[in-house]
Amino acid sequence: MIELFFQYLVAGLTYGTIYAIVGIGFNIIYNTTGIINFAQGEFVMLGGMTAVSLQAFLPLPLAIFGAVLVTMIIGGLIEMTFIRWLVKPSVLRMIIITIGISILIREAALAIWGEGVRSLPYFTGNEISALSFGGVRVSPQVLWSLGFCSIVVLSLNLFFKYTMLGREMRACAANREAAALCGIPTKNMVTLSFVLSAGIGALAGCVVSPITYTQYNIGTGLAIKGFTVAILGGLGNSMAAVAAGFILGVLESFSIWVLPTAYKDTISISILLAMLFIRPSGLFGNREAMRLKDF
Amino acid sequence: MKTSRFAPILSLLVAVAAIQLLTLATGREFYLTQLTMAAYYSLVAVGLCLLMGFAGQISMGHAGFFAIGGYTSAVLTTLNLASHKDAVLVEWLAKLGILTARQDLYGSQILSVHPWAACVLAVLLALAVAWAIGIPVLKLKGHYLAMATLGFGTIIYSIVLGTEHFGAADGISSVPPFPLLPGGVGVGGGSSQRVINYYFAWLLVVAAMVLLVNLINSRVGRALRSIHGAEDAANAMGVDTSQYKLFTFMLSAALAAIAGVFLTHFNGGIGPSEASIMKSIRYVSIVAVGGMGSIWGTLIMSTVLNFFSLRGYFGTYDDAVFGGILIVIMLFAPDGIIGSDLRRMLRKLVKQT
Repeated sequence: MIELFFQYLVAGLTYGTIYAIVGIGFNIIYNTTGIINFAQGEFVMLGGMTAVSLQAFLPLPLAIFGAVLVTMIIGGLIEMTFIRWLVKPSVLRMIIITIGISILIREAALAIWGEGVRSLPYFTGNEISALSFGGVRVSPQVLWSLGFCSIVVLSLNLFFKYTMLGREMRACAANREAAALCGIPTKNMVTLSFVLSAGIGALAGCVVSPITYTQYNIGTGLAIKGFTVAILGGLGNSMAAVAAGFILGVLESFSIWVLPTAYKDTISISILLAMLFIRPSGLFGNREAMRLKDF
Repeated sequence: MKTSRFAPILSLLVAVAAIQLLTLATGREFYLTQLTMAAYYSLVAVGLCLLMGFAGQISMGHAGFFAIGGYTSAVLTTLNLASHKDAVLVEWLAKLGILTARQDLYGSQILSVHPWAACVLAVLLALAVAWAIGIPVLKLKGHYLAMATLGFGTIIYSIVLGTEHFGAADGISSVPPFPLLPGGVGVGGGSSQRVINYYFAWLLVVAAMVLLVNLINSRVGRALRSIHGAEDAANAMGVDTSQYKLFTFMLSAALAAIAGVFLTHFNGGIGPSEASIMKSIRYVSIVAVGGMGSIWGTLIMSTVLNFFSLRGYFGTYDDAVFGGILIVIMLFAPDGIIGSDLRRMLRKLVKQT
């Protein structure tokens, strides 16, 4: 029984990492632009799919690197074509545009890769290799994804705290007009935020691909989960999104105990709805600060 | 004022009749099937247009209400109570005239809920769900509202897809026709009743348009526009904004449910794809192309796009077309292509002649 408990816990943490990364992606773009990018889940799908294709003629690490790079370029291009030149677009307009983008990416992926389910090979070992921790068996890939995600979160933190570029992005988030007055090219910062969140999304998509598989239509589900995580942690707060991601992943994983698997998704959505109704500022957010934000 | 308000309705009636005669004259009566389906989808679109364009509240889960209507009706009218004939509840229902007996394809007796009763129940259920969801959801704005309604749609979709009683991925089939007149005339019933079905569907649309046009030009309509413009100001002026928003939400949900009920009877079945997110987004994109806040523009674009889509002109790019439409319209013409300029031009033209 206790082993089963830990087994579910590990599964929950694995899914939690990918939700956390998508949530952070939402936050990065929300912070610099004030918009929610509904195409966030598509970046994860693009990363996984591109890596699988590249892996046919490149070694695995290079394929992953290439996939992240390609997705970053796509993210930047999307911002430059669809968003950069809009003058003060309304929230409703931005929502609809990013939804449209997500549909186009999904349909393009369907045209390129078809309906098949794909996955990268395990980074070390294979499907059945497992490390044993006191009776709990853990696939090495779980450790890989946990490791990669901690590195991403850490380096993002360092980037925003200590580099000039990161500080400029934060200035842009705090007050866009003041940042522009200080000579910060705010438009480029917005592009950079799309590139960054596309990049980490793609990386997450590659790392978890061996365990969770990739298909052209996984984006919408991931976007809703990621948004739930972003809301749980408090919109705009990247570090809290990590904690919220683990909470959601674990809750979802344990829900299989009481509910049929088919209803797994309704758990996270119910949590999202409940949070939105009861405490839209998030578990760790500040209600007063939330009231001042524009959403 | 009065004449100009109802001139479009009259032209709609004329257009509906003209199209039917045109298909008859050119021998392309099979188009009527798709036009009938387009009419039902348009019912959802104009309801959503009232919600998005006038009350300014986005809903990305309207396919959910369509599915609630369709599935309730399908489940109740295909449920066979013949084996429970002697149960007290069934006897009571039979006495009230809610149940109806018929024979299925293989001649065995089926005792199920009468389509009319099922329709009323379906709409009531949709209204109840809209009420329960609407109260908390409509307090939200912008991204939160969009995500919450998207979440609602996803829940309905996964319930429909994951439940054995709703036929899971196969949906529900062999739904009986919906009786309208004595003599076996009803919604559904194959190609012999194509014309009557076409007229019935479009009369429903006309009725909905009369209702909406009157609503928009009334106290309610003005209140809704004030909410769209500046909700805080409307509140300060004493407009009970949350009440009006809830009313609009429930009205559009009821329209979607009615469309779901009749399209299910017309097709003789319903599948989970009717509840999918893509369907909800499709309704949003139709409202966007028609011009937010123009129910006539929405009706025209909905008929045209749904007709092309149902005829299969977009091929495998069906979803991509709607996604592309969304982006292009929102980037270049956020007021829709049948926007205010074109309407002003048309009005001028009408006045001159």
